[in-house]
Amino acid sequence: MTVMTSIVFGLTAIVLLIAAFSVVTARDLIRCVLWLAVALVSTAVLFVVAEAEFIAAVQILLYTGGIITLMLFGVMLTARITSAKVEVESFERLRGAVVALTLFGLMAWAILTSELPAGPATLGEDVTREVGRLFLTDWLLPMELLSVLLLAVMIGAIALARRKDP
Amino acid sequence: MNPPLAAWLLMAAALFCTGVYGLLTRRNTIAILLSVELMANAVNVNLVAFSRFLGDLAGQVFTLFAVSLTVAEVVVGLAIVVLLYRSRSDIQADRADQLRG
Repeated sequence: MTVMTSIVFGLTAIVLLIAAFSVVTARDLIRCVLWLAVALVSTAVLFVVAEAEFIAAVQILLYTGGIITLMLFGVMLTARITSAKVEVESFERLRGAVVALTLFGLMAWAILTSELPAGPATLGEDVTREVGRLFLTDWLLPMELLSVLLLAVMIGAIALARRKDP
Repeated sequence: MNPPLAAWLLMAAALFCTGVYGLLTRRNTIAILLSVELMANAVNVNLVAFSRFLGDLAGQVFTLFAVSLTVAEVVVGLAIVVLLYRSRSDIQADRADQLRG
């Protein structure tokens, strides 16, 4: 069972990294968005591996259902399909690669030299129930603030994107 | 054996740096938003992994907050992009250099 977990983790991580790399290198904007969908779904698989089933469900509902649809609409509304290519200069590519690799080296050094918990801890019987309980007890105020924020975002987005002459 | 915490963290770090690379090289505003999505996703993976290994569900609660915030950010970002396109017919980030609408 645990060997299976490792295998699933490894395969999903590979898919995720390939998809992420394609998101930042693909030339066609629509393809970028679709690769992002692959990356987000494989992240949901990783969440299931980490016993966060509810978050995996939210990830698929919100991201893959909501964000990807929205992004596709955004691409189609703004880019003329012929000009939806993304051009990158080689100097910028080099600069980005240097910064990204340096940052990764720094993070990898920090991860590998610090003391981490050896094995997974037990999360309890019913993770989703416990998360829901935490939401309505310890984290009640942040959750209410979040709902206010979502309302503000909804009104703001409508106000921004509405045509001025109805 | 289960994948160790270092494997999770290294994977998330690679994901984050891929996002940084995209952020630095892309010109198109929507492509930049996609890179930001990748980076936020890497952070979520870290939160869930720590929650798993420390046995503390606050990590999962924070992940849910982070997911909602990212969705909000994308909605406003796309609204601005649509607005930018409507007023300038161009969504290259480095050509949006006028404050006047």
